Amino acid sequence: MDKILTAIGGTGLVIFIYWFFFGKKDESVGVTYSQVKIEVSGGYKPSVVKIKKGEPVKFIFTRTDESSCLEEVIFPDFKIKKYLPLNEKVEIEISPSKAGEYEFHCGMNMFHGKVIVEK
Amino acid sequence: MIKKSFPVVGMHCASCAKLIERCVSKVPGVISCSVNYASETASIETEENVKESDIQKAVEGAGYKALFSQNGNSDLKLEDIKQIELKSLKVKVIVSSILSTLLVIGSFPEWFGIRVSDLVLLFLATPVQFWAGREFYLATWSGLKNRTASMDTLISIGTTAAYGYSVFSMMGIVEGMYFDTASVIITLILLGKYLEAKAKLHTSDAIKKLIGLQAKTARVIRNNREMDIPIENVIVGDLIKVRPGEKIPVDGLIVGGQSSIDESMVTGESMPVDKIVGSNVIGATLNKQGSFIYKATKVGKETMLSRIIEVVKEAQSTKAPIQRMADLVSSYFVPIVLMIAVITFTVWYLLGSPFMGFVSLVTVLIIACPCAMGLATPTAIMVGTGKGAQHGILIKDAASLETLHKVKIMVFDKTGTLTTGRPTVTDVILDSKSNYLQIIASLESNSEHPLAQAIVEYAKEKKIKLLKVGSFKAISGQGVTGVINGKEYFFGKFDQKTNETKKLENEGKTVMALKSGGKVLGIIAVSDVLKENAKEVIESLSKKGITTWMITGDNQRTAMAIARQVGIKNVMAEVMPEDKANKVSALSHMPHGKQHTAFIGDGVNDAPALASADVGIAMGTGSDVAIESSGVTLLNKDIRSVLTAINLSRITMRVIKQNLFWAFGYNVVLIPVATLGLLNPMLAAFAMAASSISVVLNSLRLNKARV
Repeated sequence: MDKILTAIGGTGLVIFIYWFFFGKKDESVGVTYSQVKIEVSGGYKPSVVKIKKGEPVKFIFTRTDESSCLEEVIFPDFKIKKYLPLNEKVEIEISPSKAGEYEFHCGMNMFHGKVIVEK
Repeated sequence: MIKKSFPVVGMHCASCAKLIERCVSKVPGVISCSVNYASETASIETEENVKESDIQKAVEGAGYKALFSQNGNSDLKLEDIKQIELKSLKVKVIVSSILSTLLVIGSFPEWFGIRVSDLVLLFLATPVQFWAGREFYLATWSGLKNRTASMDTLISIGTTAAYGYSVFSMMGIVEGMYFDTASVIITLILLGKYLEAKAKLHTSDAIKKLIGLQAKTARVIRNNREMDIPIENVIVGDLIKVRPGEKIPVDGLIVGGQSSIDESMVTGESMPVDKIVGSNVIGATLNKQGSFIYKATKVGKETMLSRIIEVVKEAQSTKAPIQRMADLVSSYFVPIVLMIAVITFTVWYLLGSPFMGFVSLVTVLIIACPCAMGLATPTAIMVGTGKGAQHGILIKDAASLETLHKVKIMVFDKTGTLTTGRPTVTDVILDSKSNYLQIIASLESNSEHPLAQAIVEYAKEKKIKLLKVGSFKAISGQGVTGVINGKEYFFGKFDQKTNETKKLENEGKTVMALKSGGKVLGIIAVSDVLKENAKEVIESLSKKGITTWMITGDNQRTAMAIARQVGIKNVMAEVMPEDKANKVSALSHMPHGKQHTAFIGDGVNDAPALASADVGIAMGTGSDVAIESSGVTLLNKDIRSVLTAINLSRITMRVIKQNLFWAFGYNVVLIPVATLGLLNPMLAAFAMAASSISVVLNSLRLNKARV
């Protein structure tokens, strides 16, 4: 009996883990102003930012998570790498001239965010 | 009207701000001034002709200090923050090491002969679990809120399982004690993080060294007075005096005196460079002998050194194509490991060994290490690009560094790349007793033609005095005429073909003759000469299996002559500058498949060709155009830097491949071993910490590698 329960519990847990981590939808915000605040805590909040082409946007990152995994943020397409000191505001300004999706991520590329540039 | 803001230091209350405002407002031309005490900055509006130095003086007169155009130092501040974080990590490592040691002693009475109650073990394990391990919990919690997971998630779940199991065991629900396991795992992983962070600090050593090259002060001459001021306060147009043995503070132009300057620290050029009035000097280089005065032309972030630092930092933020695989794996890694851990426990339980299942679950969670995968490429790129900068090799992005080692075809521009680009006298066929050389040099000294300059230079080396030339005339495309000591001479194009001149022309030389009264008096041949070491470089490239090409706008004959001398078999001559780009991209798309092609040119005229190659290599320049259009910029004119750049790419890629192999191999081998229950959880923690450290240390090895 306990074996059956464990088997059911184990399978359920695996399905739950799959759903929990892979089934989530990215939170996205559209920005009409020239700046957006991003909280860095267990990931990027918001993790998807929509902006308009040709308008410079200032990202203000604040890391509140002690994990060293998140201590750097990188925008590879814009050649920007910034160290994020704990609880301090760090400003990053980009002004994409082409529409498209630009990824940003942590120093070891495990946490991801996206900038969607619309025409 | 100009608006400006700058930091002010030395204020200790709000009335200081008022005082500064008053003093600065009194400076002629200042329209308004407001000083913010809290942010320690002043904002001013001035008329265009107001000098920063006047403002500075006013602030200093009030007893404070204005800092104009701060630069570079923000990196050093970050360094301080990192050092503080390291220190707190160190305290945690030391305390939890002591507690863990006591726990291990207490947990194995059969080895150490000390029997303690379970309560003592709980008392020792709890601070390690929740104080030293606090950051793992915090990170896990914020990750879960975001539905993401990281290494911290694995560690906190793994150790909590061990700790919780032991607490249940104390209540008599289950059998066995794992307090020691949980504590040792946390201690080892913190120790690993500490060592890894310490090692990682060294990956940016090259940039720190470059920043450290800067001089701290400059001796400027203002209002006929010499004074030493901090380098941040130097402004464009300042006259700066440099004495022998001193560092040159900022970029500029010599206006008085001459010297020999060691530029190796910035350009990698090993020989000191002679400089005279009108020569450019680079900040952070070393004045060997001779004093001179120069005018500052670039300061702060505009200097060559600051640009170099900027390019290196930018390159370090880009991604190498090879990293893509690791990225894909690491973003799915942690959830998959969590699932594997659950499956492992379930299967062991079903096989009738819940106890083995539990140990294996903890081991799987601890052994899986996405860190090493995440560190493999970026750390090597950081060290590699920094190492390049120290040799005067600026790499624009990680992709260029990676492509460079795959290059199979190298296309060299001729003039200025393979050759010195300066015509030089190669053959003098004159009656040695005559003064014909003196006559030729005197005639040519009136001409501005580049070939004429070569002859004048040659005469200067021979210490020949110039004669007075009367009724000088330059005949375009032909040569020059003039009267010396009452006799008329012509020097220029020689159209009679003799065996001798044919031979010279076949060697790609320009032949000129001195004539008087229709009689040929002598011949001089001038040509562009190969750079030192050019031949050796071409040879070693073919030894590496790289096909070399030469491309030039020059005529076929000259091109062939240079190609023969340097040992290049493939020549494209008479190519118009705008066609170079097409020719280069055609080479890389040959019918038998894609071949990675590099183009090596001088950067300014060749920008389109540099951009069209898979890797553009600009030589002997640090100009923005060159850096923008090429993947690699060689700051010196030494053609051997091409080989250095290729070697750097090869060894960096080798290190990256080793790192990736190690990081992946480690997980591929050890996760299955852990699921089978063949690994002790504490050993797993050790292996995990070791894997990240070994990857960082392997990348640091690049610092010591010879390129």
